[in-house]
Parts: sequence; structure tokens; C-alpha cells
Amino acid sequence: MSLVFAGVCSHAPGITGREDRAPKELRDGLYAGYERMREDLWATKPDALIVLAAEHFANFFMDNMPPFALGMGDAYDGPIEDVDWLRIPKRTVRGDAALSQKLIKQVLQTVDVAYCEEWKFDHGIMVPLHFLDPDNRLTIIPGNINCQGPPLTPLHRAWALGEALRQAADSVPQRIALVGTGGISHWPATPDSGRIDEAWDRDFLDRWTRNDKAALLSYTDEQTYAEAGQGGFEIRTFIATAAAAGGQGKVGFYAPIPIYAVGCTTATMEIA
Amino acid sequence: MSLYYLSKLMFDLNRDEAVKARFAEDASRVVGNYALTEEERGAVLDGDIGLLYVLGVNGQLLMHYAALLGVEWSDYLQRMRDGVKQHGPVRAGIYALTTSPDEKVAG
Ligand SMILES: [Fe+2]
Repeated sequence: MSLVFAGVCSHAPGITGREDRAPKELRDGLYAGYERMREDLWATKPDALIVLAAEHFANFFMDNMPPFALGMGDAYDGPIEDVDWLRIPKRTVRGDAALSQKLIKQVLQTVDVAYCEEWKFDHGIMVPLHFLDPDNRLTIIPGNINCQGPPLTPLHRAWALGEALRQAADSVPQRIALVGTGGISHWPATPDSGRIDEAWDRDFLDRWTRNDKAALLSYTDEQTYAEAGQGGFEIRTFIATAAAAGGQGKVGFYAPIPIYAVGCTTATMEIA
Repeated sequence: MSLYYLSKLMFDLNRDEAVKARFAEDASRVVGNYALTEEERGAVLDGDIGLLYVLGVNGQLLMHYAALLGVEWSDYLQRMRDGVKQHGPVRAGIYALTTSPDEKVAG
């Protein structure tokens, strides 16, 4: 039928793995933010949810790194991480290979995307699903933008992918939801883990909620790396989601939570 | 510098149960399958998180290798700082230290 839901959220593994190490009011605020996002998502009665993430070498490595990838399986497993480390139980997630094929065919009209009949989920997808689909009932189509192994695709191509996903979603009879996952400024898995530039994040979220294409695409990777860390490269997933939705965004929750290593964010965007 | 193969070893170890099992049995034999420098080889066999960090292993690989070795989160962060103190700044990659080696940001 069409794209029926668009949102973005954080996927940092500390959100679940180090849940108890954050101040309680911040932890509770974030968890409530995910819960509101879950309600908003489910209210749109999606037939399938595309989770567009920036994975961390669960499937893709520098031997053969696609800038963009979409899953095309009937089932996916995750998390790939040690269960005690991430504190998310293993699950097999339902996919829909036939629907994936249709969407991928449409995306390929404008953006070259790799397809994957196998895909293992890491925290980039599992942390959002843990909150948005706790009972494992949704049909999931995974997507990925390489934000880990430079050279990275430019921001304007992330925008193009978002537009292509929108055209694809609008071309199928199913109700499609889209959630982009990643961080804004952060330095995860470095000794600086916990460094967060709140002002940078709020400026980015301001551009994002206004869906200001020019402002969103004006960052250079050099600037992002210097000001927002290597984790900041993940803004690509937020940018693609904005391109797909086309409307105005609304931040549900934002707060820097250093022990979770990111400015924890949940936000939704109108479909326009 | 064979950072790519060092990273590939970390990737295989993190993701492939068979490699993990062979590594537990005979680490040096597994490491021998990758074109590494002596320094890189030693860093892996010694479980030297600090040196692996300085050599430029991507943190998204290194943090799971640390977890595999049973290194707790705060200890993982500290070992990377100690590595920079001992071996100097990170030599490659995009996971360089941006604060002082004596600082503690979180955790
Ligand atoms: Fe990430």
C-alpha cells in the first residue's frame, strides 16, 4: 500500500548490555521513549518493518563491502553477540523473501543495492527490535548502510536510498514501516566511549526534525569524524529515513547517557 | 602492516564458532593462517588488547574479542588507554583516542 510509519532510534549495545549502570531516571526515560515509539509503530498496523541499520561486521566485512544492502530471506537470526554481553535472548525473526524481492527490484531502479538471502542481526537491529517488537511478531526486512569501513557512501546517496525505499514501499500492496537505527555523535568501542556532544546532536536533530535536506547533507565526513566521532557516520540511517518519510520529525526522547555510549534517541517522522 | 588480515582474524574469531573452537585448542596454528607481522601475531597470542587497539583494529571487532577473552567493559576501556600509554598513538583506522590517555570518560 505505502509507507505507513517512519522513525529513528539508537541501537547502542550498552542500552541493554549495561542497562543497570545508567542513572535510573535516564534509563527509565529512554525505555519509556522506546515504549511510546513501539505504540506509535504498532498503531499503523504494519505488514512488514524495514530496519535500516548501520551494522558492525556481523555480515559485511572489508573483503566485500556493499555500501547498501537489503535482506531477502524468509528468516533471520540474532543477536550475533554473546547473549550475556548484550542481554538480549536469541530469536529467529520472520522475514518475507517475496516481499523483499519486490522492494529490491523497485529500489534498483535508482539505487544499486546488494541483496542478501542470509543475514545475521547484530545489536544494530536487535536492540531496536528488543524494544519495538518484544514478542517477535513482526515481519522484518533488514537493511544496511556501511558506516564502519571507509570509504563510505556519501550522504546524498543515503538520501537517494531513502527516496528509493519510499518509492518501493509505495509500490507494494503491504503496509510498510521503516525504522532507521544508529547514533548521532559518539565514539563507541574506543576508550572515549561515553563522549557525546549534546550540542552537535541537538543541532543535527533540529535539521532532522525540520527535514532540511540541504542542512542534513551539508556535513562532510571529515567534519563528522572530527566533531562527532566515527560513530557519527551512522547519521546516514537517520538521513535515509528522513528522505523516505518526507515530513516533519518529532523527537520522543533524547538524552546523553555516557555509560550507554550515545545520546540516546527515539524519534518519529510524518509521512508526507 | 597487515591490519586487514589482523582485522579479518578478529572478525572470524568473533563470528565463526569453528574458528573459535580451533583457536581455543591451538591459537598459534589458527593465527598462522593469517598474513600477520610478528608484532600483530604476538598481540593476538598474548591477548594484548592495548596493542591490538594501537595497531588499529576497529573497536567493533576488538570489543567482542575482549569479551571473548572475558575482559569486562570498564577493564576493556582501561586496557586501550594503557595500550596508548605504552605503545603510543593509534597507528591506523578510525577508532583513535581523542581524549588524554589518563582521562576517564565513562564506565
Ligand atoms: Fe552502531
